[in-house]
Order: sequence, then C-alpha cells, then structure tokens
Amino acid sequence: MSAPNNSYDPVEVTPLHPDEVARMRDEALRAVAEAASLEQLKEVRLAHAGDRSPLALANREIGALPPAARADAGKRVGGARREISEAIKARQAELEAERDARVLVEEAVDVTLPWDRSQRGARHPLTTIAERMTDIFVGMGFEVAEGPEIEAEWFNFDALNFLPDHPARTMQDTFFVEAPSGGPSNMVLRTHTSPVQVRALLDREPPVYVVAPGKTFRTDELDATHTPVFHQLEGLVVDEGITMAHLRGAIDAFVSGMFGAGLKTRFRPSYFPFTEPSAEVDMQCFVCRGASVGNPDRPCRTCGSEGWIEVAGCGIVNPRVLTAAGVDTERYSGWAFGLGVERTLMFAHGVSDMHDMVEGDVRFTSAFGMEI
Amino acid sequence: MRVPVSWLRDYVDLPADVTARDVATRLITAGLEVETVDELGTDITGPLVVGRVLSIEELTGFKKPIRYCRVDVGEANGTGEEQHIVCGARNFSEGDLVVVALPGAVLPGGFAISARTTYGKVSEGMICSPTELGLWEDHAGILVLDQGLAAPGADAFELLGLRDEVLDIAVTPDRGYALSVRGVAREVATLYEAAFRDPADVKLPESGGEGYPATVADPALCSRYVLRGVTGFDPQAPSPMWLKRRLAMCGVRAISLAVDVTNYVMLEMGQPLHAWDRDKLSGPIVVRAAREGEQLETLDHVTRTLDPDDILITDKSGPINIAGVMGGLSTEISELSTEVLIEAAHFAETHIARTSRRHQLASESSRRFERGIDSAMQLAAATRAVSLLAELGGARIEAGLTHIDLTTPREPIVIAADLASRVAGVDYPPGTAATRLRQVGCEVVEDGTTLRVTPPPWRPDLTDPNDLTEEVIRYEGYENIPSIPPRAPAGRGLTESQRLRRSVSRGLAGAGFIEVLSYPFVGHGDFDALQLDTDDPRRRAVTLANPLSSDEPLMRTTLLPGLLKTLVRNVGRGFNDVALFEVGLVYQPRAHAPERAPILTVDRGPTEAELGSLRAALPDQPRRVGAVLAGDRQWAGWWGAGRAAGWADAIEAAREVGRLVGAELTVHADQYAPWHPGRCAVLHAHGPQGEVAVGHAGELHPRVIAAYGLPERTVAMEVDLDLLESARTGVVAPTVSGYPVATQDVALVVADSVPAAEVEAALRAGAGALLESVRLFDVYTGAQVGEGHKSLAYTLRLRAPERTLTTEEIAAARDAAVAAAAERTGATLRA
Repeated sequence: MSAPNNSYDPVEVTPLHPDEVARMRDEALRAVAEAASLEQLKEVRLAHAGDRSPLALANREIGALPPAARADAGKRVGGARREISEAIKARQAELEAERDARVLVEEAVDVTLPWDRSQRGARHPLTTIAERMTDIFVGMGFEVAEGPEIEAEWFNFDALNFLPDHPARTMQDTFFVEAPSGGPSNMVLRTHTSPVQVRALLDREPPVYVVAPGKTFRTDELDATHTPVFHQLEGLVVDEGITMAHLRGAIDAFVSGMFGAGLKTRFRPSYFPFTEPSAEVDMQCFVCRGASVGNPDRPCRTCGSEGWIEVAGCGIVNPRVLTAAGVDTERYSGWAFGLGVERTLMFAHGVSDMHDMVEGDVRFTSAFGMEI
Repeated sequence: MRVPVSWLRDYVDLPADVTARDVATRLITAGLEVETVDELGTDITGPLVVGRVLSIEELTGFKKPIRYCRVDVGEANGTGEEQHIVCGARNFSEGDLVVVALPGAVLPGGFAISARTTYGKVSEGMICSPTELGLWEDHAGILVLDQGLAAPGADAFELLGLRDEVLDIAVTPDRGYALSVRGVAREVATLYEAAFRDPADVKLPESGGEGYPATVADPALCSRYVLRGVTGFDPQAPSPMWLKRRLAMCGVRAISLAVDVTNYVMLEMGQPLHAWDRDKLSGPIVVRAAREGEQLETLDHVTRTLDPDDILITDKSGPINIAGVMGGLSTEISELSTEVLIEAAHFAETHIARTSRRHQLASESSRRFERGIDSAMQLAAATRAVSLLAELGGARIEAGLTHIDLTTPREPIVIAADLASRVAGVDYPPGTAATRLRQVGCEVVEDGTTLRVTPPPWRPDLTDPNDLTEEVIRYEGYENIPSIPPRAPAGRGLTESQRLRRSVSRGLAGAGFIEVLSYPFVGHGDFDALQLDTDDPRRRAVTLANPLSSDEPLMRTTLLPGLLKTLVRNVGRGFNDVALFEVGLVYQPRAHAPERAPILTVDRGPTEAELGSLRAALPDQPRRVGAVLAGDRQWAGWWGAGRAAGWADAIEAAREVGRLVGAELTVHADQYAPWHPGRCAVLHAHGPQGEVAVGHAGELHPRVIAAYGLPERTVAMEVDLDLLESARTGVVAPTVSGYPVATQDVALVVADSVPAAEVEAALRAGAGALLESVRLFDVYTGAQVGEGHKSLAYTLRLRAPERTLTTEEIAAARDAAVAAAAERTGATLRA
C-alpha cells in the first residue's frame, strides 16, 4: 500500500474540480428541466442521480483526496446531488399534476344526463295538509283522537244535541246505513268529525285537549266545490275555567301557523246544535289582506275580493253534550271547532276544483311531493 | 229569508243615511248571515214616466192585433206634445194611466228604448209591463196604474218603488224569528238602538161572540188555535201594486188577493196562515192526530196516506188540512170564494218537522213551524189578515172569532248574572246581561247574583242558560272577545299507531308509489269483477239506504276497487307506468251484530253495557294499505333496459310496509281472489296470537284485468295495517362484532316445487348462531341440474361475536346448513 500522497492536489483530481462538479450539476438540472414526461424523468434520474451517475462516481473519488481537502469536496459534491434530487422531485410533482389533470379531463362525463329510472312517489296533499294542521295543535300539547267512519246515530247526532226532529238533523244530507233486513240501522256515515268529541270524552278524564282529523261524508254530488267524501279536523277542549277567549287563541294560533303571522280573525255568531254560543270564524285573506275590497282594479281570486275567508265553525261545547258524555257540567266546560281540510288546501295552495283532489290523477298529487 | 229594506223601515226608525250594506254588516256581526244585498232597479235608467193613454188606434193586417196609442206624458218629453207609441198589449183603455219608457231609457237586461219604426209607425218609447220593469212576474199585459195615482209626466221610479234593496238572509235553524220582517226589524232596531214598531201590535177585537166552531184534541199538538172570518169578499179584487211588489221582492209569486194576503202576513209576522172557502167546510173543525189509514188529497193534487203522527185539521167530511204543512184540495179557496175563514195556529214543532219529512213536503209554512214561531201572536196575525181582506177585497169582518188558548206560561231560566262574562272571557260591567236580555225581549228579574229570565214568546229557541249567554255576548260583540292561547297540559304527541301510519305513507311514497284517496263506495259488480266466490266473506258489505249511485250502494270491504279504477283513469290519461297506494278503512259487518244500534239517552253518560251494545252494532273498520302497479317499474334509458312491474314488486311493497311498521313478514304461496292463482302470496306476521295472515300480494287474475280494463300483468297488494301493528316486535340492539367475516357460497339443487323461502329457512336453522346473513344470489334451471329441478345459489356470511372463526368451524357451520336443507327440502349440493 502506498503512503498517503500528501502532495496530491485535489484540483488535479478532475471529477472533483469545482468547475467539473458545477458542469455535471448544470447538465443534470438541464436534463431534469427538459424531461417532458414521467418516463423521461425516470431516465434522467437514473442518469444523473443514480448510483452510476457522474456525481455518484465523483463522490467515490473523495477518498483519494488528502484529508484536508475531503470535507470541502464532499460538501461541494453533496450540495450538487441534493440540488439535483430536489429538482427531480419538483419536476416529478409537476409532471404528475399534468398527468392527473389530463386523465381527469379525459374521464369527464355529462352530469346533466337524467337518471329518472323510476317514477317519484308522492303523498296525497290532503294527507299531508291534514298532518300539518294536526301538528300545529299537537305542538300546543293536544292529542290526536280518532273514531269510526261508520258511526252510530247516537254519537253522530243525539249525543251532540241534534234533537231527533230538529231541522239541523236534516240539514246535513246524511248517508244512512240500511239494516241487513232493510229499514233503519241507526247507523250513518259520520257527517262530521264531531262524534269523536263524545268518544274522546268517554275515553279520558278531563282535562281533555284533543284534535280529531278524519274522513266525513254527506250526500253531495261531486262538483267543483262539493264532494260526498271530505275531511275535517275537529278540536275539543274540556277543562275548568274555559272561555271563548281561549277558543279564539287556539284558532288564531292555527291561522298564523298555517297561513302566516299577523292575520286578523273575526268571530260571527252562528248556530251548531253541539255548541252554544256558536261562531263562524273568518280570517283575513292571506293573499290580499283586504286590499281587494272595493278595489275592482286589484281583484283577489283567493277571497273573491271579500277580504275574509271562512275557516272554521266553533263554539262553547253545549253543556247537553257534556252531559250525554257523562262530564260534570258544574265543574267543566269546553270549546270545540271544526276545520275543513279540503277548504284549507284549496286556499293554501290555490286548488280551484274539487275534482283534482278526488280523482287521483298522478300529475296533481306528484306536484305536492312528500310534505306540504 | 228575503227582507226588503223599505219594508224594514216601516217598523224601524233607521237614520236615513244608513245603507242596506251597513245593515247587512251589522246583522252579520250579530249572527244573521246576510248572504247578498240585492240592489233592485239599478239596471233601469233614463226617463220612465207616468202617461195617460189619450187614444188607441187598432192596427190590422199583422199577425196579432197591434195598438197605436197617443199618450200624454206631460212635460216629460221636453215638448209637452203627445207621445206616439206602438203597443202589443190589450189590457188597457183610453184614459188609463200607464208607465212609459221614453227614448233613452234602459230597462232590465240592458234593453235600450229608442224611437223606432215598427208595424209601419214610429214608436216613440214603450208602454211597460210589470215584468219588463222587473217589478213582478205578470204576463197579463202592461201595468195599468190606479186613477189619480199621479199626473202624466210624473217620475215613475219613486212612484213604483223601482229602486229597493233586499237583504237575503240564510237563517240558521235556531233563529226561526228571523223568518219574518218583524223578527229582522226587531234585531235591526236593537242593533241601531232605534225605535221599533211591532207589526203584531194590532188592535185586537173585543170578544165579539162565537166564531167558527172548533176544538183542539190535544194541547201537545196545538197550543193555540185562532179562526177569523170575512164575508162578502170580492174574489175578483186584484192585489194592489204594493202587495204584489213586496211579495215579489221576497220571492213569493202573487196568486190572488186572498192567498197573497195570507202570504203577506206570514212574511210580515212569521205566522203561517191558512185560508179556507168557508162554504166548502162542513161542521165543526177538530184539530187532532191522524188515524191509521186516513187519506187527504192536498193542494198539489197528490193523495196522501196519513200517519198517526201527522196533525190534521178535520171537519165533518174528514181531514181537510195537514196542519201547518199543506191544505187540502177540497176546501181550497177559489176565484169564486166570497166567504173566507182564516186559520192562525201554533202547532207542535216536532210533529210538523216529522210530517214534512215523512211526506217530503217542505213549505214556507212548515219551514217556520218546525223552527218555532211566536206562540202568542195568532190572534194578531189573523186579525191583520182579515183587516187586509176587508180593506182590499171589500169584505166585512165577522164579529165572532175562535180563540183556543192551551198555552202554559214559560218557566223562567235561572242563570248566574256573570255567566256570560265567564263564558266569553270578558269582564262585562254588572247589569250587562240583564240589559241585553231585556233588549232581546226577555223578562228579567235580578235576584242577587242570579237572574230569573223568561224569554219572549217569539224566542222558543231560548231554553238553556247558554242560549241566553249567546244573546248577551253577540250583542256585546263577538269582536270584543280577546285572543288568549289555550294552556294544554303537557301532551303525549302522536300515538304509536298514528306515527306508524305516517311512516307507511312516507315509506311507500319514498319507494315510488303515489297516494290516492278514493271513494269507499262499491257495488256488487266490483265483487264480480274481483272474481270473488259467491260465499266470499268480502261480499258481506255495509249497505247504504240512500247511496249517491244505485250502482254503488255498498261500503268497500277491500281497497282494491278504488285503486284499480284510479289506475285505469290514469292509464286513460296517458300514464302507463303507474304505482299507486291508499291507506284507508274497510268496513266489515260483524257476524251476529244486532239489526240496529241503540239510541241511548242523552241526559246522562252511557254505561259500559250501553257502550258495548253500540260497539256490537257497528261494523269492524280495520285500516288497510293497498297498492297497485302497472307498466314499467323501472324505465329504460341511456343506462340500459327498463323493467316491467311484476308480481315480485307487489310482494316487495307489502314487505316494505311490514318493515316500515317493524313487523317481519313471511311469504307463502296462496290462491286467493282477485290474484292469479299461480302468482299469489299470502303474507304472515307473528302477532300476539301467533302467526296471522295480514294480507295478499301478487299478479292479478287475467279475468280481473279484463273486467276492470287494466293493463296486462297489473299487480296488487293489500295488507291489514292494524294486524301488522299488533305484530310489531320491539327492537333489541344487536351486538356488532369486529371479528372478520367468513363467506361461504353454496349451490343447492332442489325440486321446482320447493319454495326458495323454505330452503333459506333450512339454511338459517342449520347454520346456527354463527350465521350473520344468508342471501340468494342466483337461480338456475337447465340441463345441468336436470328436468324438474332448480339450482339455488346462496352466500352465507358467518361471524362470531368474540373471536375469529377457524376453518373447521366455518366448514362445520356450512355443512350443517347444507345438511338441514337436505333434510327439510331434499336439497343436494350442486356438483
């Protein structure tokens, strides 16, 4: 083994000469920059950063330098290799981004293509609006009561103070059920949801706060404004210290919940056998708010330019009804109301013809979707 | 009730500037529903004047005789010259006063009058008939005015009362008093705090001896009976213009003076009257109940068999009137009647109501009696009528009169003085109730904190404390009732059943079904179309006594007819791919139910036994869910082919309902109308009483499809929601294992007749607790498995809760599953 060659000048080891290192580095960086694809860059990496690249080979020569020169040369070569490696990494990222962008563009689709593989279902608007009406009262703490659609006359009439020969009883165009052998069965298709009042009172102890949505029947032929099968929402409260003011409060809550806040209501005296005093309730037209009244230039189709819409019949439960339901009239009193579901739908959603609600045409029902 | 405002003003001192609309608004606020305010005569404009016919020239040579008249219209035509007018009517003479529409006038219906040539002459206007003026229907010719009524040229508007306003009031059944001008006037007077003159306040005769003999058999039928007569009545005397006009405004046709007077007094006072030709009566009048088999030919020429519940007016000849409802033909007043007997009575409301319904005879009279009339004014009304007959028909009033008074004094109603305040929720000042009730006409005795109130005879509807309360509150103004939100106790929200119903509706809509609400009316034809056997229990349906259509007198026992008809309607409108559902009740008469439901008492609550008897009579009314599908369930599109709706979709819809409710359904093959016998499933759930069939699903029978005109291969399902709800199983949270799953596929060959569900059940049972799920992924038939066989390929997923399964465990579970399938279904592993 030869002795260390102390006189060896690193400058004279050509590959480690600073100029040579710089040249190799520049050549590599140029090649990296010129690599146009990931494949070319791979070749560049092999050529300029691989184990057999000029700088790697030069690195091996460092040992041949005198110790004093090694550090300097090592720093110089290492710096160049680092520079190249970083350039490759950066170029790699650049080329990958370019490739990805190109591929994703090629994979683009027409996202506007329809995907209507099967038809959409829908719930009937009378169902959904009845639920919405119900929920306004459920939110106030009311329960939902129910009763049969074929009802005993006692529940439908007698217990509600429709006296057997009073004209009110014949006003309601009743469907009567025939006894199996012919003749009267004392059963009817309920003409209103009011029999549920009596059932609710028989089922529970006061205080009673219930609403009863349901199907009702009268012998009207189907036309634009009548249908023999329709829906009502009954409300009943029996408690101590009940007044018409609470009734008004409940109706006002319904009107603002259903049609919007700030609508006025008005009570007009009326007559129902099962309430006394009785009232019809009108609400301010939610479309024109009365602006159409006496204003032929701005007619309102919703209220017929009357400014008011009839929404409910109501009143203080006739104590005779409470008596028939076994409620202590000395202690308790109550109020009740009846809302028309069809009417509410007609007004709230501009349905102008009852046929649409009855016929089951898919176009009509589909328009209302799942909730109203 | 139509009430002319001019008539109202006869009895109420209304300020002159009060309009009909003002009155209507006040009445509505007080509870008399004025539906419309008719403004009469507003469609008549221009010169309308009184004329005197100076001469008549008869024109001949036309199809009908025509008159050419010279008419004096004073200065109304601006010249004072005679007016020449062609006229086709013949009921007038020279010298008569008539009404002339001069050129420029417009009559009802936009009929513009101008000078024009007709029948060869220039006609400078028109001589008018009552009909042309909109006064009343009259086809006798032109209107001839009474001599001296006015001078030629006078304005005819005021003279004839052409302009008037009529309130059309929808009277509620409790306010019978409002079926008279008197009753409405009293209301208006109270509302305006104006003076009221009662038209019933007529000078009553000193008792002038016996009238026509009459007796009342039973005060329960008739509490007051009055007869008054006139003699020497001129049956040819015409009703005066004002009378005809008022009747016409109230919607009553003028007939003859005697009849018009009875109608007029009825409108004025609310008391129905009857007028007989007294010469046609024989012997004393008896008011009594009808006897079985009695008959009467009424004014409408119908011979009616009377019911023992009908009240009759009889004389020696038998029945002459159905009291309060309609008179008999034989004693009818005629154009020759000179002796007239007027009846004014108070008949029992309920009898009149029943009679009116029984004979389907609703008259102006019965309408008033059944709502309740004033029980005290009969003598006043009869006196008013005979006075008018005397005044207008030249008759002499007979001194004698019949007045049978069987009334009993009304018991006062005792109420707390503050009841109205407590009901309204308004603190009315002390004394308010007494003041208001006195305005109504009640006698009120104030007794400390209570009031003893005796309602007036014209308010039979006031019977209960709350009736009096309503009177107080409505006069105090409903608009003054404040709005206070109710304070309900904490609510429990919807019941489980109510929540599940919404869930089913949303779930089916989410699955692509559209909800319908069809009418529940069906006919025997539907049961035939559904191919139900003659003894099928679904043919036992509730029958309506008065159906809208005689083809559909029954209440549905299945939802399918309504769904199928709605499906057909949609297909007819161009929608071939339809999926519909309905949630609703069906009605099933109970076996051994009583013929009729009891009518319980209302003076106390029903006992449990009484409620039980009501329940027993009512039909069962379970809630069902039905669905029908036709056409494509999935459409073809750019993604590929579509898929027609098939039997499996119907079964899946039923299973979906089961899942929505939370009840697992099992499926078995069945044969059940209206389904295809080879494509029908019965669905079972595990209820509290064990396995229970909850419905059917599948493809409809081809004959059903033909009968309803349905698309080919229409499928349907119907399940009982009430049964499903009772089969709902509570959910216990599953243990979720984090250990790896082991998947095993097995292909089993079974005979064609073996249901897949049985094979799956066997695999489940055999695999045991380690089985997480099993799924059928392929069905193969063909040469490889041999004739009469099929191959069912399943994926078993096995997993243990606390460890990774070993190869041996997995194989053992799989082998056990296959062995169970082999044992139960004869399955063999496919080679």
